[in-house]
Amino acid sequence: MEKEYMHIILADDDEDDRMFFTDAFDELKISTKVQTCNDGVELMNYLNKEDSILPNVLFLDLNMPMKNGIECLHEIKADRRFDDIVIAIYSTSSSEEHIEETFICGANIYIKKPSDFNELKRVLSYVVTLNWQYHTSGLNKDNFLFRM
Amino acid sequence: MRAFLKFDYNLLTKKILEDKLSDFGYKYTIQGFGEIEFHEKVPEAKLEELRYIFDEYGITIIENQKTVLVQKIKDIIHEMIYAEEVPNVKVSVYLAEKLNHSYGYLSNLFSDVTYTSIENYVILQKIEFAKQLFLNDKLSLTEIAFRLNYSSVAHLSKQFKNTTGITPSAFLRIIASRRERNL
Repeated sequence: MEKEYMHIILADDDEDDRMFFTDAFDELKISTKVQTCNDGVELMNYLNKEDSILPNVLFLDLNMPMKNGIECLHEIKADRRFDDIVIAIYSTSSSEEHIEETFICGANIYIKKPSDFNELKRVLSYVVTLNWQYHTSGLNKDNFLFRM
Repeated sequence: MRAFLKFDYNLLTKKILEDKLSDFGYKYTIQGFGEIEFHEKVPEAKLEELRYIFDEYGITIIENQKTVLVQKIKDIIHEMIYAEEVPNVKVSVYLAEKLNHSYGYLSNLFSDVTYTSIENYVILQKIEFAKQLFLNDKLSLTEIAFRLNYSSVAHLSKQFKNTTGITPSAFLRIIASRRERNL
């Protein structure tokens, strides 16, 4: 039981954002394993490999070259193998229409990227703890919608 | 077409346990929710077998005493929230009484194991139940507020928004659109 940890993947084409993100996780008290992908193509290649370990939570940037976050979201939602992955959109956009549309497409969480490191830590810690409750208390993931 | 289901979780779990345990061959008694007493010692190898059978149904045999207590806290909270007549006592008092530990002890233990406080957990569970009442029982916000002992609709609405980041109406809109698109 003590050995349990949460597996997290971030797909984001911005190198600084990726660094910022992994650093924030290093400072959280929940044990996590964080992996990053540089764009949507790399992410989908990884997920589609038969022997890859699927993440508990996937953080998806929306604006990525080649394959953007929405395209990834559609592909992931079309494949039953990925049903257990909680999807968090991690974006700079805060347009209401945009946000609601990503939820309808199947995202569980929407986070507007914070610019302050402490704020990022607070947000990620909240999201991971919340997800932990869904994970360990048998809550219905279909009804898991959260916006920060 | 689409059929919507409602579950009686207590009955469901009890039935699964009885079905699986009657084949298992050891005399047992089900002690309330989440506890089975075997009348004799079950060898580790057999227990491992049971673990395997239970796993398919998402049932885990808990080993660690702390985890057992945390699970009991969760079960009692669940029971309190889902009861037809919500007991009119504070969660803290109710838990301390039922589990025979001080609330301070229970509360620290709970935060250590789950990374969240009992208070937050109660709110999360209530909001989850509210979602179910919306979607499956088609209750109105007013009816849900009453059922879950909120002092007003505004209070429920506000707690929903604070917990999920979205309003109840946006939540319903999103789920309805998802169903339309068959997601």
